[in-house]
Amino acid sequence: MAETLSADNQPHDQTRSIPFYRDERVLRNIAQAVSAIAVFGLVYFAIINFFRAADARGLSLGFGFLDEAAGFPISESHIEYDPSMGFGRAFLAGLVNTLMVSGTGVIAATILGTIVALARLSSNWILQKLALVYVEFHRNIPLLVLLYLWYFAVFQQFPNVRDSIIIGDNLIILNQRGLYLTWPRLTETGNIFAISVMVGVIAALIAFYRLRKTREISGKETYYGRISLMILLGVPLIGWFLGGGSAFSVDVPTIVGFNYQDGLRVTPEFAGLFIGLVMYTAGFIAEVVRAGIQAVDRGQLEAAQAVGLSYFQVLSLIILPQALRIIIPPMISQYLNLTKNSSLALFIGFQDVFGVSKIAINNAGRAVPVFAMVMVTYLSLSLITSLILNLYNRRIQLVTR
Amino acid sequence: MTETTQEFIRPPSPPGPIKWVRDNLFNTWFNSILTIILIPLVGYAIFALVKWVFISADWTPVFSAPLLFVVGQYPRPEIWRVFISLAGIMFLLGASWGRWGGLLRPIAISGAALFAFFALLPVQHNDLSLVLFSISSFEFTVRIYLGVTAALVFAGYWLGRLEAVKKWHIVAAWGILPMIAILLTSGFGDSELLPAVTTTAWGGLLVTILLAAGGILLSIPIGLFLALGRRSTLPVLKVFSTIMIEGIRGVPLVTILFMFSFILTLLLPPEARIDRIVRALMAVTFFSAAYTAENIRGGLQAVHPGQIEAAKAVGMSGVQTMVFIVLPQAIRAVLPAIVGQFIALFKDTTLVVIVGINDLLGIGRAIVNSEPAFLQLQLEVYIFIAVIYMIFSYLMSMASRRLETTMGVQNN
Repeated sequence: MAETLSADNQPHDQTRSIPFYRDERVLRNIAQAVSAIAVFGLVYFAIINFFRAADARGLSLGFGFLDEAAGFPISESHIEYDPSMGFGRAFLAGLVNTLMVSGTGVIAATILGTIVALARLSSNWILQKLALVYVEFHRNIPLLVLLYLWYFAVFQQFPNVRDSIIIGDNLIILNQRGLYLTWPRLTETGNIFAISVMVGVIAALIAFYRLRKTREISGKETYYGRISLMILLGVPLIGWFLGGGSAFSVDVPTIVGFNYQDGLRVTPEFAGLFIGLVMYTAGFIAEVVRAGIQAVDRGQLEAAQAVGLSYFQVLSLIILPQALRIIIPPMISQYLNLTKNSSLALFIGFQDVFGVSKIAINNAGRAVPVFAMVMVTYLSLSLITSLILNLYNRRIQLVTR
Repeated sequence: MTETTQEFIRPPSPPGPIKWVRDNLFNTWFNSILTIILIPLVGYAIFALVKWVFISADWTPVFSAPLLFVVGQYPRPEIWRVFISLAGIMFLLGASWGRWGGLLRPIAISGAALFAFFALLPVQHNDLSLVLFSISSFEFTVRIYLGVTAALVFAGYWLGRLEAVKKWHIVAAWGILPMIAILLTSGFGDSELLPAVTTTAWGGLLVTILLAAGGILLSIPIGLFLALGRRSTLPVLKVFSTIMIEGIRGVPLVTILFMFSFILTLLLPPEARIDRIVRALMAVTFFSAAYTAENIRGGLQAVHPGQIEAAKAVGMSGVQTMVFIVLPQAIRAVLPAIVGQFIALFKDTTLVVIVGINDLLGIGRAIVNSEPAFLQLQLEVYIFIAVIYMIFSYLMSMASRRLETTMGVQNN
C-alpha cells in the first residue's frame, strides 16, 4: 500500500510536484506578502504626503504646545483651570468632564433602563404600553435630535434669572443659567461621618462575604444578610453622633444681585447632555434587560416557587443570576456606546475632551498631534471599560466541567 | 356523567372585554392602584399632546419652506433634476416589485403613498393654526413631479410584470440608474443644460438619504472583507483587519468624521481634492463597516464546522464553500443585527453637521437660526425632524422583520 491511487486508478507519480501556482503554501505566502505590501505602501504614501503637507503649511508636529498657554476659557471645569494654563491642562479638564458625564450617565441609564424594562414586563396593560412607547421613541430617533430637543427646545427656553421657575421653598430653581438645587454639604465635623460611612461599607462587605462563606462551608445559618446590614447602618450612625449630629448643612441657592449663588448648580449644557444621553441609552438598556429576564426559563421560576422561596429570594437567587449572564455582554457595549456618544457634547457646547481639542485644533493648527491624543484617549477609555466589565463578566459566567 | 365530561372538555369561552380589563388592568391590588393612577395621567398627556399639535404649536418654521427640508439650498430652477432622479428610482422600485414581489411590495407601495400624500395635500397655510401640512410654497410644478412619481411606481410595476423584461435588465438598471441620478443631480462643469450644482448647495433629506444609502451599500462589501480577514488564517491579513475593526469601534463617529474631513487632506497628495460629501460618506462607510464586520463574524462563527467539512468532502473549492455554503447561512443568522446596524447608520448620519454639511437636522438648525422669532419654536422643528426619522427607522425595521420571515430566520 505504499502507492496512493489517483482518481483514474493510475499510480500517483510521486516525483512530479504540484505547480507552484496551485501550491497552497506558496499561495498563502504570496497573499500575505501582497496584503502587507499594499498596507505598508498605503501607510508610506500617506506619511510621505503628510510630511510634505506639514512642511508646506508649517504645521508643528511636536507635543511642546502642551505647556504653552491654551488661551481659551472652559465654561465648566472640575479641576483648577484658566486660559493661561497649558493646553495639557485644558485637555485634562475636558477629560474630567467626559468622565463625569459618562460615569454618572452610565449609572442613571442603568437605573432608568431597568425600571422601563420592568414596566414593559408588567402585567398592567397601560404601564406596558407606556414603556413600549418610551422604548420605541428613543430607539428610533437619532441621539443628536434628542440632544437638540432637550438642550435647545427645553433648557434654553427657560426664563431668565429674574423670572426663574422656583419649585418649593427655593428647593429647585430653573432658569436660563441652569438648574440650582438645594443640596446637603458636608460641614467641618462632617469628616468623621464621611469616614464612618466608608468604614461601615467596608466592614459590612467583609462581614457579608466571611459569614456567607462560613455558612456555605458549615451549613449553619449565620444571618449574614441581617448582620452586614446592621453594620452598614450602625457604624455611620455612631459616626453621626460622634460628630455631634451636624454632619451636613443644607445649602440653599439664594439670589444675590442678578444671579443665584450656593446650592448645586447644573449648567444647561451638562443637564441637556446628561438627560439626552441617559434617556436615549435607557431605551436600549431596557431592551437588553427585558431580553435577559425573558430568556430565563419559566420552569426555573416555577421550580423556585415550588420549593417555597419567597418572591425576593426567587428574584435574587434564581432569576437575576441567570439573567445577568445574558445581560452583561450587551450591557458592556451599551456602556461603551454611552461613553463614545458623550462626544456629541460638542454640538451643544459642553466642553468635553473632544470639544476642548476641537478648539485647540482650530486655534493653533496643531491638528495632528491633538487629534492623535483624542483618538488614543477614546481608545483607552473603551479598552479599559471593556476590560473591567469583561473580567466581571467572566466571574459570573456559568462554570461547566 | 356526560354533562360533567362536556363541561370538562368545553374550550374556555373567548375573553370578553370585561374579562380582558380584569385580567390586564385589575388583576392584583397593586395593578388596580396603578391603573387608577395612570388612566387620568395618560388621558391628560394625550389631551395635552393633541392640543399642542393642533392648537398651541406654531408650525411656521417647518411649513414656511418645506422644500428646504427636502433638498436644502439646491437651486430652485434646477430642482427638476432631483425629482427626475427620484422618479427614476421609484420607477425602478416599482419594476422590481412587479418582478420579485414579496418584501418590495410594501416598500414600493408606502413610497408611492408618501409621494401621493404630499402631491395631493390641499391645505394652504395661513393664520389658521389648525393646519397639519401646508405646501403653500410648493409650486404647482412640484406637485406635478410628486404626483407623476407616485404614478410611476405603478407604471414600473406593470412593466416589471411583462414577460419581455428579464431579471437581469432590472438588476443592471439598479447598477446604472443611481449613478445617472447622482450625475444628473450634480451636473457637469459649465454646460448649458446641466450646470454643475456644487455639493455645498445640497442639503436636507437628499443628503441624509444619499449618505445612508451609500453607506449601507458600500459598508456591506467592506465589512464582509474585514470579517473574512479577521477570520483568516493568514496572520498579516488577520492582524490588519483586527486593528482596523477595533480601532474604528473604539472611537466615536464624530472623531472619524473629523479625521476624514480635516486630516485626510494632509495624507493625500495636494492635487487630490475629494468632495466633502464624499469624505463624509467615506467616514460613515468605514465606521459602519467595522460594526457590520463584527456582526458578520458572529454569523460566520455560528455556522457549524460540519457544513464546511461536508462542502469540502463533495469537492467544493474554498471560494465555492464560502459563497454557497458558509455566507448564506452566516448572513441569515445575523440579519436582524445587520439591519439594526443600518438603522443606527441612518440615525448617525445626523452627525455630519459637524463637518458643515446641512443634512435634514442641519437644515432644521439653519432654519431655526435664520429668524429670531424661530428661536422660540425649536421644539416644533425638532419634533418634526424626529418624526421623519421615526418613520424611516420604523419602515426599515418593518422591512427587516418581513425579510426575517421570508428567509425563515428563527425567532428565539
